[in-house]
Amino acid sequence: METMEKSIWKRLPLSSNYAVAYAAKDSDVDEIAAYPITPQTTVVEKLSEFIANGELLAEMVHVESEHSAMSASIGASAAGARAFTATSSQGLELMHELLHIASGMRLPIVMSVSARALSAPLSIWGDYSDVMNTRDTSWITIIASSAQEVYDSIVQAYRIAESVMLPVMVAYDGFMMSHTYEPVFVSEKSDLFRNYIPRKDRVILDTRKPVTMGAVANPDWYYEAKYQQVKAMEEAYGASVEADQAFSKLYGRNYGLVEEYNVENSDLIILTYGGLFGTVKQAVDEMKENGVSVGAARVRLFRPFPLNELRMLLLKSKAFVVLDRSFSNGLPVSGPLAIELKSMMNSYNITVPVYSYIVGLGQRTVSEADISKITNQALAGKGVNESIYWGVRE
Amino acid sequence: MQTSFELRWHGRGGQGAVTAAIIVAEAAIFDGKNAQAFPEFGAERRGAPVKAYTRVSERQIFTRSPIIAPDMVVVLDTSIDKKIYFDGLKVGGTLLINSSKDRSELREKIERKDIMVAKVDATHIAMDELGAAIVNTAMVGALIKVVPLAKFDSVGEAIRENFKSKIAESNVKAAGRAYNEVEVLS
Repeated sequence: METMEKSIWKRLPLSSNYAVAYAAKDSDVDEIAAYPITPQTTVVEKLSEFIANGELLAEMVHVESEHSAMSASIGASAAGARAFTATSSQGLELMHELLHIASGMRLPIVMSVSARALSAPLSIWGDYSDVMNTRDTSWITIIASSAQEVYDSIVQAYRIAESVMLPVMVAYDGFMMSHTYEPVFVSEKSDLFRNYIPRKDRVILDTRKPVTMGAVANPDWYYEAKYQQVKAMEEAYGASVEADQAFSKLYGRNYGLVEEYNVENSDLIILTYGGLFGTVKQAVDEMKENGVSVGAARVRLFRPFPLNELRMLLLKSKAFVVLDRSFSNGLPVSGPLAIELKSMMNSYNITVPVYSYIVGLGQRTVSEADISKITNQALAGKGVNESIYWGVRE
Repeated sequence: MQTSFELRWHGRGGQGAVTAAIIVAEAAIFDGKNAQAFPEFGAERRGAPVKAYTRVSERQIFTRSPIIAPDMVVVLDTSIDKKIYFDGLKVGGTLLINSSKDRSELREKIERKDIMVAKVDATHIAMDELGAAIVNTAMVGALIKVVPLAKFDSVGEAIRENFKSKIAESNVKAAGRAYNEVEVLS
């Protein structure tokens, strides 16, 4: 990119997992507690290397489970450390009760998630079932679509987390991104982000200034504490915009909360999240060549839900396809993004057709040909009232 | 080189096909190009057939789907079924194969006459240089001679990134020998 000074970056071939490790190092984290799980493992392997080589001064806490990984992160963050952890799938599930505690205690922990399917049946492969199960945990949730964005988002995540005092999860496709090598600009200097994510004073556990954290809240206070989390999540919306814009100003890269591709004057926009966006963009290019008027978009910030950007997007086309790599069983429209989009549309009386497709579960391949067929089916007006489980053998 | 080149690797677990796919992408990235490498995501077991993919492009690469119509296939192990590695290979595409057969015998055995065939005895080179039939780096050396996706020095740099110092130099040597010994049959 022309806007970037060459001297502050080095361009490396990295998987998204390695990009996470570089970003955690360059964010100068103090403490890492993680338990290995496929496909997250190489994140922690790389961070261990950085610590062993003296490139990162941080405490690696070896824990016996993800429940303990998040517990240790909570303890470290409460004591004032900049805490980092990483997980996937069953690991994220095992953390679940602690996810609520981290956000309830308002701790600015950052976690990467190599998104993976859930058992049973056992699948080590990618989808977003694990991430979507955490929608109600009050974690700010970013879903990246390239290794570069993963790197940049981890750094941004600390700025957002330490601004509104809520934890942030940065998710990306297990395997399709976690194990795919691509070019990434990483910092040449160890202190490039020092002013972007400055160390701030906050209330911590300190014997010289004792406080209680995570105490019981009786019925006369619990509700207010929870409402403060609601307000913090509202603030996270602006903080996410600010973090992205400040990053752009200083470092020349930004992503927005909803990314659009060729959306102007289209008959249909395909909306998705994560690495699948790349394949969708490729398919859009191919369909445009054949005269099909179609665009693409992706939700980058999933929590808080970017309703202003989505309302603008909904004005730009006659119909929408939503591709979800997860499902909420028991609902006619079961794709999580489709559900939330429809709920938002209902609040604002927006009536444009939305076709919900479930794709890529357990890493079933989604090719450009699939996107093209889905587009043709949607343009023919099928599937308004219930999700279509694309390509499944019944 | 055309603006975008898609490559599929076929080997067996333990031969290093996935590492080879990554080394080529890394070398191309060192040269300032855009590249992407990833394995076929399945269980990796020693001896089992393995696929991996490399894309190299002058432009930004969008897609993340597996390569179904490659410009080239690289075959590390001749015992893999032809139907698997010829699947989708473009008309006018290239096959690079690890083989000790002589030119005419090999060309005759390959029914597809619409493709270019290149061969290198990578097993022999790997046994000489590494003392083990791990043929990936030799195949990478041969590959970049046949299709200049990356400079040889960049391949050397990528090999040194992936292996410990002593093994790295033997692997660079294996790649260099294959670079010189690869033969284009037609």
